Amino acid sequence: MAINLKTVDDKELLYGTKICQGCGAGMAARMALKVLGEKTVLCTPACCFAATTTVFPQSSIFVNNAISAFPGLAATASGMTHAMKALGWDDDYTMLAIAGDGGTIDIGLQGLSGAAERNDDLIYICYDNEAYMNTGVQRSGSTPFDAWTTTTPTGPCSKGEKNKFRKSLFEIMSAHRIPYVATASVAYPQDYMAKVAKAKEIKGCRVIHVSAPCPTGWGYDTAKTVELAKMAVESGLWYLAENEGGEMKLTYKPKELKDPADYLKMQKRFKHLTEEDIQEIREIRDAEWERLKKVLSFE
Amino acid sequence: MSRKAFLSANEAAAHGVRLAKPEIVSAYPITPQTTLVEKIADFIADGESDIDYIMVESEHSAMAAAFGASLMGARTFTASSSQGLLYMAEMLHYASGTRVPIVMVDANRATAAPWNIYGDQRDTMSQRDAGWIMLFAESGQEALDMILQAYKIAEDPEIMTPVMVNLDGFTLTHTYDVVEIPDQEEVDAFLPPYKTDYKLDPEHPLTMAATTGPDFHTENRAQQQLAMEAAKAKIQEVSDEFAKMFGRDYHGLVEEYRCDDAEVALVATGSSAGTTRIIVDELREEGKKVGMIKIRSFRPFPKEYFHSVIDKFKAVGVIDRSISFGAEGTIFQEVKGAMYGSDAKLGNYIVGLGGRDVSRALIKEMFDKLFNMVNGGEEEEVQFLGLRW
Repeated sequence: MAINLKTVDDKELLYGTKICQGCGAGMAARMALKVLGEKTVLCTPACCFAATTTVFPQSSIFVNNAISAFPGLAATASGMTHAMKALGWDDDYTMLAIAGDGGTIDIGLQGLSGAAERNDDLIYICYDNEAYMNTGVQRSGSTPFDAWTTTTPTGPCSKGEKNKFRKSLFEIMSAHRIPYVATASVAYPQDYMAKVAKAKEIKGCRVIHVSAPCPTGWGYDTAKTVELAKMAVESGLWYLAENEGGEMKLTYKPKELKDPADYLKMQKRFKHLTEEDIQEIREIRDAEWERLKKVLSFE
Repeated sequence: MSRKAFLSANEAAAHGVRLAKPEIVSAYPITPQTTLVEKIADFIADGESDIDYIMVESEHSAMAAAFGASLMGARTFTASSSQGLLYMAEMLHYASGTRVPIVMVDANRATAAPWNIYGDQRDTMSQRDAGWIMLFAESGQEALDMILQAYKIAEDPEIMTPVMVNLDGFTLTHTYDVVEIPDQEEVDAFLPPYKTDYKLDPEHPLTMAATTGPDFHTENRAQQQLAMEAAKAKIQEVSDEFAKMFGRDYHGLVEEYRCDDAEVALVATGSSAGTTRIIVDELREEGKKVGMIKIRSFRPFPKEYFHSVIDKFKAVGVIDRSISFGAEGTIFQEVKGAMYGSDAKLGNYIVGLGGRDVSRALIKEMFDKLFNMVNGGEEEEVQFLGLRW
């Protein structure tokens, strides 16, 4: 059954949080929990999401939940899912790990690789807000080219983040040959929730990398999270794809890629860019899109 | 019926793990811990154990997986050594701060640099403040028995604190001795399956390991200290119960050996205690009034015991296989603190680093130095013994 406004569960398993207005990470977690339901066990590292949902004596998470260390999330979730089976929990429980881009593709990558290699039975969702937001907007391996962060400040000698390519978690995890890998965006809830629902029905290690804008770190109007996340996809700076059992495909193809300039100009982290800088980003985008056509076999 | 076998301390500890029946083991190999986890893998391969052994990619993940499994209410085990213990240090604190009763073995080994795979206690002593109960075994038999006792201590509702069982690298882990392996039925009677309400629960979802701010963090820490203090009586009680059931008495936190009328005593841990025992016997033959104090529990530290003997000995020496640079041997600092107010002469002997043998001659030299002080001689308080230069 397709997930849409009529069929989506109205039960909230995440509310009363201290997340910022317009937080993409909160949206990603809320939607995932709606699909996965009460029979979910959650684990997060000491990230934005944990800091805003789980401060004793309050918790805004209404499923079993624990916090672990940044490099330890995937392995903690592995231990939890193994124990669930050893202790005879019902088969329909889902082990869910949620972490940001830093906790996943940087400090958490080794542990995630181990969990993937063992094909441990868990869903791992990386909400990507493109920097270390909880510690105050420092760059990560997923920070886009030219973006200002507090560790890639702009100045006479710096235009922001130097790396032209972000680490591709989708391809890294695909190389582990786990049963399901997907990218998604909080601006495409049907696509995202359908992927979570599909992942739920598969056993083994499943990884979903979801684009989740951060108004605080990126510098934009908190009402524009969805609009901005959508523009990233429409301008080819992010893509919606999945890899089910080795078959990689794009799940949404913009009819025509929009100019990234409009997306970039909405955010303070890119306010220093000149027309020349934006042209360079267009060219990087074009080259990346051509590469993705080969990886994901689309025209 | 129990049976006897010729085992290394690592193998003996592995039998202890098999008999304790943890649901989950997660471990990453490191010398000299390897033969312990290999033996567990053998038990599983041979159908002698149905432990779920998670083959993790690092020590950090080993402790993280044990932490996760323990949060669910599973009995868990891991083992490491040296660099591995340092690598998992972050998760040691998660485990103790969340009060999950993981039991681990640390095969005590030097820490790099200089890189060295052999035995000393600088790895474990660097984790002194990680909030774990730290026990030291003297023999393969004690290693096996200590694993069983460790679970009973760790999982006690009043304690709920993880336990690190320390085995001197190579000197114990790779040294063979006759070990009595208890029957499963006997062990089951001593150590029933782990049952706790303190876990994630399908019927009653809750959050564990939550963030605590300044308003609750100190209370969390105070409770850890209370549990550690309570563990002193629990370690004694479990030791006594074990002695009754299995006939082997380890005397709780501290064992005094021939101390009743002793004038000088040496404080030892682990394998050094075995050698010291022999030297005490030899010197007693010569009519010298010597004894040994063997520390089994370093955390919680048997402060009350040492305070109780401040007037008992004329001199007390401490064997340390670690040193806190710029201060003193790690164990010595604590013995000295606990003996505050004593008139006894105190000496600290740093030996056995990076696998160097703690020989009988060295132990004798320590006793000589203690007697020298008793007879009015001067000695440096902290001394490296057996240095090349």
